[in-house]
Amino acid sequence: MSQATDVAAEDRGQIESVSGPVVTAVDLDARMNDVVYVGDEGLMGEVIEIEGNVTTVQVYEETSGVGPGEPVVNTGEPLTVDLGPGMLDSIYDGVQRPLDVLEEKMGSPFLDRGVDAPGIDMEQTWEFEPTVEEGDTVEPSDIVGEVPETQTIDHKVMVPPDYEGGEVAAVEAGEFTVEETVVELANGEEIQMHQEWPVREARPVEEKQTPTEPLISGQRILDGLFPLAKGGTAAIPGPFGSGKTVTQQSLAKFADADIVVYIGCGERGNEMTEVIEDFPELPDPQTGNPLMERTTLIANTSNMPVAARESCVYTGITIGEFYRDMGYDVALMADSTSRWAEAMREISSRLEEMPGEEGYPAYLAARLSQFYERAGYFENINGSEGSISVIGAVSPPGGDFSEPVTQNTLRIVKTFWALDADLAERRHFPAINWDDSYSLYRDQLDEWFEENVSAEWPDRRQWAVDILDEEGELQEIVQLVGEDALPDDQRLTLEVARYIREGWLQQNAFIEVDQYCPPEKTFKMLGAIKTFDDEAFEALEAGVPIDEITAIDAAPKLNRIATTPDDEVDEHVEELKEEIETQLRELY
Amino acid sequence: MKEYKTITEISGPLVFAEVDESIGYDEMVEIETADGDTLRGQVLESADDLVAIQVFEGTSGIDRNASVRFTGETLKMPVTEDLLGRVLDGSGNPIDGGPDIVPDERHDIVGEAINPVSREYPEEFIQTGVSAIDGMNTLVRGQKLPIFSASGLPHSELALQIARQATVPEEDEAGEESEFAVVFGAMGITQEEANEFMDDFERTGALERSVVFMNLADDPAVERTVTPRMALTTAEYLAFEKGYHVLTILTDMTNYCEALRQIGAAREEVPGRRGYPGYMYTDLAQLYERAGRIDGREGSVTQIPILTMPGEDDTHPIPDLTGYITEGQIVMDRDLDSKGMEPPVNVLPSLSRLMDDGIGEGLTREDHGDLKDQLFAAYAQGEDLRDLVNIVGREALSETDNKYLDFADRFESEFVDQGFRTNRDIDRTLDIGWELISLLPKTELNRIGEDLIEEYYVEDADVDDDAGSEEAPADD
Repeated sequence: MSQATDVAAEDRGQIESVSGPVVTAVDLDARMNDVVYVGDEGLMGEVIEIEGNVTTVQVYEETSGVGPGEPVVNTGEPLTVDLGPGMLDSIYDGVQRPLDVLEEKMGSPFLDRGVDAPGIDMEQTWEFEPTVEEGDTVEPSDIVGEVPETQTIDHKVMVPPDYEGGEVAAVEAGEFTVEETVVELANGEEIQMHQEWPVREARPVEEKQTPTEPLISGQRILDGLFPLAKGGTAAIPGPFGSGKTVTQQSLAKFADADIVVYIGCGERGNEMTEVIEDFPELPDPQTGNPLMERTTLIANTSNMPVAARESCVYTGITIGEFYRDMGYDVALMADSTSRWAEAMREISSRLEEMPGEEGYPAYLAARLSQFYERAGYFENINGSEGSISVIGAVSPPGGDFSEPVTQNTLRIVKTFWALDADLAERRHFPAINWDDSYSLYRDQLDEWFEENVSAEWPDRRQWAVDILDEEGELQEIVQLVGEDALPDDQRLTLEVARYIREGWLQQNAFIEVDQYCPPEKTFKMLGAIKTFDDEAFEALEAGVPIDEITAIDAAPKLNRIATTPDDEVDEHVEELKEEIETQLRELY
Repeated sequence: MKEYKTITEISGPLVFAEVDESIGYDEMVEIETADGDTLRGQVLESADDLVAIQVFEGTSGIDRNASVRFTGETLKMPVTEDLLGRVLDGSGNPIDGGPDIVPDERHDIVGEAINPVSREYPEEFIQTGVSAIDGMNTLVRGQKLPIFSASGLPHSELALQIARQATVPEEDEAGEESEFAVVFGAMGITQEEANEFMDDFERTGALERSVVFMNLADDPAVERTVTPRMALTTAEYLAFEKGYHVLTILTDMTNYCEALRQIGAAREEVPGRRGYPGYMYTDLAQLYERAGRIDGREGSVTQIPILTMPGEDDTHPIPDLTGYITEGQIVMDRDLDSKGMEPPVNVLPSLSRLMDDGIGEGLTREDHGDLKDQLFAAYAQGEDLRDLVNIVGREALSETDNKYLDFADRFESEFVDQGFRTNRDIDRTLDIGWELISLLPKTELNRIGEDLIEEYYVEDADVDDDAGSEEAPADD
């Protein structure tokens, strides 16, 4: 966030009343969504309602002790983020104040208030390498140079989208701070690495395109059954304890995106600490560099001010859009969007607005769809292509998916990963329910999987889905009469389904070889189970008793393929297939 | 300090007064009634000429002529190491007849959020001596792990057992003296329950290292909104400034939430689910998040809040919002209780989110993680089969299924039902787990690494003796 000193105060007013994070002020000349500084301590807030002479402000910090009569100063600018090199490997609060800088400035592990800091380090210098020359013509959003931001990512310096552009009058390579001019245009416009952008406004693009490439997550159930596209949207709803955060973190670690923006919105402090401690240590599966080098974290934990929770998703997606403009694939995780919706509800009720369903404001659906619409696969104005995939966790009260946040989210997103408390209780992780989940990207991504993994991908997936469906139906009967009462072929189907569930769908995030499963391995593992299925049914037809079929030594090994290292999978699966074949054929 | 005699409205716990100066939000207020009583309250809403005050002791006795004084500061808790061993009321005044408290410092009770960058991730295993917790849902230092209970279940006994037995084996072995303290915050519990806690504290000598805050059932409900904040402020002081490892027990959070609802209703707020205020998530988070460790500081705050689920419904807003904030939950079950299990912990819906980083080689034992997963899966399977047995009978089930049923029964009677006075170390807990899981054939153990099965699987499994457990002397 830009500092107060950067902008001349346009006007001053006084506080009229204070109620939690909502403050009203009189005699303040402000526009909607202007950022204001409230009270003697200068707490940051945003204008959310204007009625006559009374301006209502949501304050991003704790308001105890603030009273009427104290000043309110308008900056005359909407809530913006600082964009430029230095955002990666950073951890921010909901209004882009770097938490490590705050710790230093406050001199305490506790978050004090009234302390502001810019989102990127204004002093640090970066090695600027121009990609344009004097005399070239540049247009808004064009890339004029590069900066090695981290080992993993080259930061592209772009002409701000609100510039006119024109002929390059001067350009120089070398070490610069983000505020120094690196390119001058003939019309007098000066380009710095640092840009600002209002968070509630999407950065402009040329065109939104249909996504055709999957965002590989390394999770078998996701890649295999419910894939997400690069530029797609997904929701993970689930009751507490069902593994939303573990799934989100796995995605943040392993998704094959260039940039990851992870938003901890109103969640647990210790969880964010885990991310902060782990990510600098963990290697990025694509490059081997520390994960933090491609990651921006936004941590607004549940006990941090509620108004900053409302803004943190916007802060995150604006940062994401900036990297998308550079031509990168960005994956954004918001954990949890329910907390964001609750922040809206809390502010709305303090404003005494007429409530919609379950006390949420009537504009809930509109806000959610505006946010998810900022995702997509885009052709950028500068001609590059980039994407933002948005994965939002939803925390429905009581695990009831009929509540407003889940329902309004489902109307927008195209991938739905339903977490299931029952699976979680059995410690079947990821606890994603295969009956309730869906992905509308499945068909448009098939081509990619056929080309890059195997032509049989769609068929094999369908086979697995069919078996699981059949199991679901059979289980209803088993609940009534017991498994032994079923005919042999149905019992065998149950056995195969069990291997799909336990050996393939289950994945252990705490075992190193199993945390990330490349699509090839996902495919081969399923292949091994399919071989068992084919061979076992042949044996059954040949008259072998079911108990003998399921008792072969090789069968339990199907549950252990997951822990075979990736480079040995090929060989291991082939051996296992042969073993199954031999052992079953010996029986008849 | 200016005095006002300008009360315009009194409604439930709220008093509205006209003022002609700036009054800060959350500021403390004193109201003197005609009888000379002084009541304390807090500013809930501050406007130009009118403030809304929430009165802790209740508004009874206040009339429109009562005088209102604004203290100019927010509510503070006087803190000092001398608080250890003391019993205070819900607003922090001593009720044990001891000397006045001479504070070293006065801390704002609202507390500030710990910067996530400054936190240290909790991963130190706390041995509670309770198998259902240590083995299946391990507690670690700095965690917030509530007990989800219901009326009539022995949650107090479990909380006391944990407070009595909790140790960190690693430090014990190293001979390190870890300074351990208990902060106990009671909100709206009955005198009898309070006595139960106090008796146990006194008998075991735990009182010396405890600070007790008592808001009883007949104390003002509004005071309950302050009690946990007082307790946590004290806990934070002891932990982060004096280096204690503080176990904070808050009971009963349901009464706290009822008090929130009461205030919300009096203020005519738009209610959220079931009449509870829309900001209850944020409010609870401001309590629960005050657990953890801080990088570079010695101590820790571990929280065990207890709540009774209305109607034993874990989708009720109180357990639901709590579960979304805390790092797991320990669930008490009425069926297990009526079977006489002590403690009646149902491990399936219970969860400890920080478990996986606090167990394993070097922390507890290498086999802990795998064994736990297998025990969960096997018990869940056994539970499912019980429903089926009711319909088709045991004879209709396969041999393996019968083994699962036996396993589930014995898991309850031998693993979970250990008694409130038995202290089992982690090795003993895991050994019992192995003996039970070995009732199943090796081929069924698909969650456990083969090498571990090799090492720990018990051939001819049969559990009977309880060596390695420490029986506490019986109640006298």
